Amino acid sequence: MTEALDTRELIAFRIGAQEFCVDIMSVREIRGWTPATPLPRTPGYMKGVINLRGTVLPIIDLGARFGLPTTEPTARHVIMVAHIGGRTVGLLVDAVSDILQMSEAQVQPTPDVASDHVKSFVKGIFSIDGRMISLIELDHILPQAEAEAA
Amino acid sequence: MDDAFEAIKATFFQECDELLADLESKLLLLEQGQTDGETINAVFRAVHSVKGGAGAFGLEALVRFAHVFETLMDELRAGRKPCDPATVKTLLRASDVLADHVQAAQGLVPPVEETRSAALVAEMETLTHGGAAPTAPLDDDEDDFGFTPLAIDLPGIAPAPEPAAGWRIVFRPHGRMYANANETGLLLRELGRLGPTTVALDETDLPPLDALAPEDGCLTWTIDLSAPVDEAEVREVFDFVETDCDLAITPLGDAPAEFPAFDDEPAVVPPGGDDLDIAALLAKAAAAPIAEPAPAPVSEAPAPVSAPAPAVQAAPTAAAPVTIRVDLDRVDRLINAVGELVIQQAMLSQRVLESGLARSSGVALGLEDLELLTREIQDSVMAIRAQPVKSVFQRMPRLVREVADMTGKAVRLVTSGEETEVDKTVVERLAEPITHMLRNAIDHGLETPEERQAAGKTAEGTVRLAALHRSGRIVIEIADDGKGINRERVRQIALDKGLIAPDAALTDDQIDNLIFLPGFSTASVVSDISGRGVGMDVVKRSIQALGGRISISSVPGKGSTFTLSLPLTLAVLDGMVVAAAGQTLIAPLPAIVESLTPQAGDIHHVGGVDPVIRFRDAFVPLVDVAWGMGFSDTPMDPTQGIAVIVETESGQRAALLFDAIQGQRQVVIKSLESNYQQVEGVAAATILGDGRVALILDIDTLVALRRAGGRPDLKLAS
Repeated sequence: MTEALDTRELIAFRIGAQEFCVDIMSVREIRGWTPATPLPRTPGYMKGVINLRGTVLPIIDLGARFGLPTTEPTARHVIMVAHIGGRTVGLLVDAVSDILQMSEAQVQPTPDVASDHVKSFVKGIFSIDGRMISLIELDHILPQAEAEAA
Repeated sequence: MDDAFEAIKATFFQECDELLADLESKLLLLEQGQTDGETINAVFRAVHSVKGGAGAFGLEALVRFAHVFETLMDELRAGRKPCDPATVKTLLRASDVLADHVQAAQGLVPPVEETRSAALVAEMETLTHGGAAPTAPLDDDEDDFGFTPLAIDLPGIAPAPEPAAGWRIVFRPHGRMYANANETGLLLRELGRLGPTTVALDETDLPPLDALAPEDGCLTWTIDLSAPVDEAEVREVFDFVETDCDLAITPLGDAPAEFPAFDDEPAVVPPGGDDLDIAALLAKAAAAPIAEPAPAPVSEAPAPVSAPAPAVQAAPTAAAPVTIRVDLDRVDRLINAVGELVIQQAMLSQRVLESGLARSSGVALGLEDLELLTREIQDSVMAIRAQPVKSVFQRMPRLVREVADMTGKAVRLVTSGEETEVDKTVVERLAEPITHMLRNAIDHGLETPEERQAAGKTAEGTVRLAALHRSGRIVIEIADDGKGINRERVRQIALDKGLIAPDAALTDDQIDNLIFLPGFSTASVVSDISGRGVGMDVVKRSIQALGGRISISSVPGKGSTFTLSLPLTLAVLDGMVVAAAGQTLIAPLPAIVESLTPQAGDIHHVGGVDPVIRFRDAFVPLVDVAWGMGFSDTPMDPTQGIAVIVETESGQRAALLFDAIQGQRQVVIKSLESNYQQVEGVAAATILGDGRVALILDIDTLVALRRAGGRPDLKLAS
């Protein structure tokens, strides 16, 4: 966890009142919400698929994935197009808030208050200007990645 | 260093495949009697190239075998040895072994058994060196037949009758002969194999056009065969048509009648003349010299009728197109990009339309041009991936030989339409079903030579393999002239296996289609070749997986024809655009039988729960798609929607219930798996003109899920 590395760039986003961030290298683009085509027989956090310049892009409601209330997307919601383990997926979040420069040393371990479900996605937390930001590990976001890890 | 070496080696094997394919096709030409120098040369060159390359890589077994092969070809090329049917048979088997050697060298298969290779080597060496009859070949019994015809090399043993300098054959086919699908051209070609022939046509009996009965035979041929062959051999050529023609065979010197007029004129071969009588008539009308109409032979090459004519060579060896090798990945990337382009273009057009711009505005006109251009690009790109089915067809003669040997049946494979093009992915997946069906045709369809003769047919059965384009799809036909489907037996077997009800009233057609049911296998003796119980149902499934259909027609005693129809590409699909609970979905067109508006009286509930709908006196399950897929929480009223009758791959029917049918269109297939995973009930996705993703339904899963108890608990997203 505590690799002695230089600073890395993170992209911070908001879901509800909470702030999260992911490595900026895994995010390929950010776009506005467009209505998705729902997929049958999929978990509740799967919003469906959209057309990203000819690619069929699955959309994950990141909040619902973390166990937060499901998002009712509006035109003001944002899709972060991320690259996760060879796949391209869209992550539905409320808004993108910031780009941060952090060193690994600033990351604190996730406090023990979080549930196991949340802990499987949150790699650590850190604070900036009194705000608490959770660092997200995207590897387990897709359902079968979860299955493989289990 | 090693990598480079391996890369070169890979290229060599790639070339080997091409060379072997070429070798085989040229040998087949030889087998058809086209024994001209160019063809023999081509065979020699192919073997020589394989040997040369193999030498460079130190593939010794391959080199040794190829060397013997090459030596024999050299003899044939120089004309020191005759290229007779027996020799060609040996060459064909040698090419099979050569192909095995190549595969073994690649490490794909275990090394070729020494005895098999050695036997052929011995056989070829005998042909190379021996004028005398070969001593018995190695005790490998499969080698026997290759030698029998060589007996003619022993003048001493030939039957007593003085070897006439040649024969005059006067041959007048009756209409019946043509009706039995015999062709004069083929017979003449057959004679041409025995020696040089001079052919003259006598059309004096030909009535004027208005009095002509087109199916009668009015033509008489006089053939002078100047070769010291036995009369029996000449007669053998006409073996199968003897009863359908007037035939007189006299030694050449004795013939009283002379036809000087004919001798002066060279025989004219109209290129691929397709109608015998008309062609002759036209020739007469034009007061042309004696025409020699050649009925169109099955292969695309014009029949070499008179002499083994040099003119004939030109057609098959038409200038080879210049080609380049391109990495398949690059082509695929291009195709993907063009797919996007097509979708983007459709979206743009729709947007412009929505924006209310006049159709005559510059933007709209420009878009129209763009659309034409896009379509052209798409066609061209698809054409890059299109490949002739030749690569698959070429593998079949060998298969037919092997299966024929194993079953003890005499089989002639006639292929046509090898140049028919279809998408590469489709070509690759054609090989298996065709192999399977050819085996079936020979094993189950054709009778043994004895049975055939008893039934008044030629001892040699014919299996026809044809490819053609028909209404935007490729059609593959596999026809045999065997005994046809024994419907009584098929019915009985289906009954025994519980596949049909004892009182089921089935039409002939329905009975024929029983063979496609899973677990149906008619061979009473499970043979090596087919009949492992995984029969036609596997074929049907793999065809349907490609979005294709298969059908059969059979006439007892005359044979069966299997017809496959496949889409030209797997990149696009013909679909019906339907709406269900506000969602736009695509139903694959090949699965759809018809659509109807359900009437309240036609809907029933089995056990009070599961709805079924009456469709042509049968009840088929009714699948509420929106509810089944979770798009709506309550089942819809069937009478408010449209029922689309579909047929699943296993042949079961079901009615899918939608809100409305919006139309029919070709869609570009997009995979869901590449970025997500497989979704039950969804085959793939596509992008519609409005830019939204639409799901392509997986009919089979939908119907199966319905059978398994309707709706899963999983809630739909959003």
